[in-house]
Amino acid sequence: MAKLPVQLRLNGADRATFVDPAEPLLTTLRRGLGDFAPKYGCGQGTCGVCTVLVDGEPQLACLTLAVACDGRHVETASGLADGPDMHPLQTAFMAHFAAQCGFCTPGMLTAARALLAHNPHPTREEVVEAISGNICRCTGYEPIILAILAAAAAPGARRA
Amino acid sequence: MLDVRTCGSLAEAAGLLSADRQAHLIGGGTLVMRAVNEGRLTEGTLVRVTDPAFRQMNLGGPRIELGAGVTMAMVLARGELAFLHPAARSIGGPAVRTMASLGGNLFAGPPYGDFTVALLALDAQVVLQAGYGGGRAVALEDFLAARARGGQGLVAAIQFARPQSPGDFRFRKISRVRPKGIAVMTLAAHLPRAGGRIAQARIAYGAMAPTPIRARGVERALEGKPLDAVSLQAAAQAALEGCRPATDAIASEWYRREVLPVHLARLLAGDGR
Repeated sequence: MAKLPVQLRLNGADRATFVDPAEPLLTTLRRGLGDFAPKYGCGQGTCGVCTVLVDGEPQLACLTLAVACDGRHVETASGLADGPDMHPLQTAFMAHFAAQCGFCTPGMLTAARALLAHNPHPTREEVVEAISGNICRCTGYEPIILAILAAAAAPGARRA
Repeated sequence: MLDVRTCGSLAEAAGLLSADRQAHLIGGGTLVMRAVNEGRLTEGTLVRVTDPAFRQMNLGGPRIELGAGVTMAMVLARGELAFLHPAARSIGGPAVRTMASLGGNLFAGPPYGDFTVALLALDAQVVLQAGYGGGRAVALEDFLAARARGGQGLVAAIQFARPQSPGDFRFRKISRVRPKGIAVMTLAAHLPRAGGRIAQARIAYGAMAPTPIRARGVERALEGKPLDAVSLQAAAQAALEGCRPATDAIASEWYRREVLPVHLARLLAGDGR
């Protein structure tokens, strides 16, 4: 079956590629566009490790049709850092030991980014809710929650 | 191999679905793409709908109509639907709620489909469109009873009456994992009152049968009664009527039967636990 052209804005850069008709966005990002931040975990919408932002809203790239993202803005954890300058969320994750094996980290960072974009001063309960679709099997979640709260308190945390 | 067709109108999508048994509507993707990823869906056509009517919300009057493509996040964004927020919030995390549609939830097998339980307690109707013709409304309960057979047409919208008092509507999802887990069971109740007595109660269960079901025994037990200890006991005694729960990784059939009366009593009593 013929591949379909898809053009999207990935982390601020215009990108174009060809995809299989029913290809998940995650496959397009990783295989077609070389962005390896979002991971393949469960493929069922349970683990959250493929979380990306589509037009600013969190979505699971493993369950999103790539063709449905034609012309849209897609952001991944790869777009958080500004050159050598890490995003406050990344700095807070380091400072609070919020990453152990690191597999869940891109999804956690993206979910946290979506939260802070809508709610710059979340409560602990709101942070817990924001990452409730992201599974971590290492940290017990507490360092991640503390890191997100710390990032929210840091200047520049809402940087897009 | 799977193909994708994008339809600009509901009629076009309904026509495609009636003409091709291997065509599957894809809404938010949380059910269909899961089947694709698991290799359960490898042939046919995925039908996308871009018709704005598919995501339209009519909230102005006493009767609410929500397009089947309306997402859980869209429900949560509307204060007029506050009585449905606990049900919408019970679905996945924020990313799932951005994607998951009300129409898709009608097709989620047990123990999923929590939002449908809320809709069933609201006596919702499903607007179905078959082929290029107009839509027809069927009771959600009838739609669910025929769901396994398929071929009912495209779910275009869902309609229900707004509860006269938000406090009359109650929803509980019981799960083992906090803050989010798969349902041991889901319960919803609409308890309108006239002169202090229950009038036309609607109680619905999820994960207690192959599809969400109405608890008709409980509804009969409550009809015309005040919500007091006597009626609550009668409701608990009728709780299991019509239930055919499954044993799965979340809970056994025995456990679901054992705890249902407890959770039902808490729901009816307004116990927030």
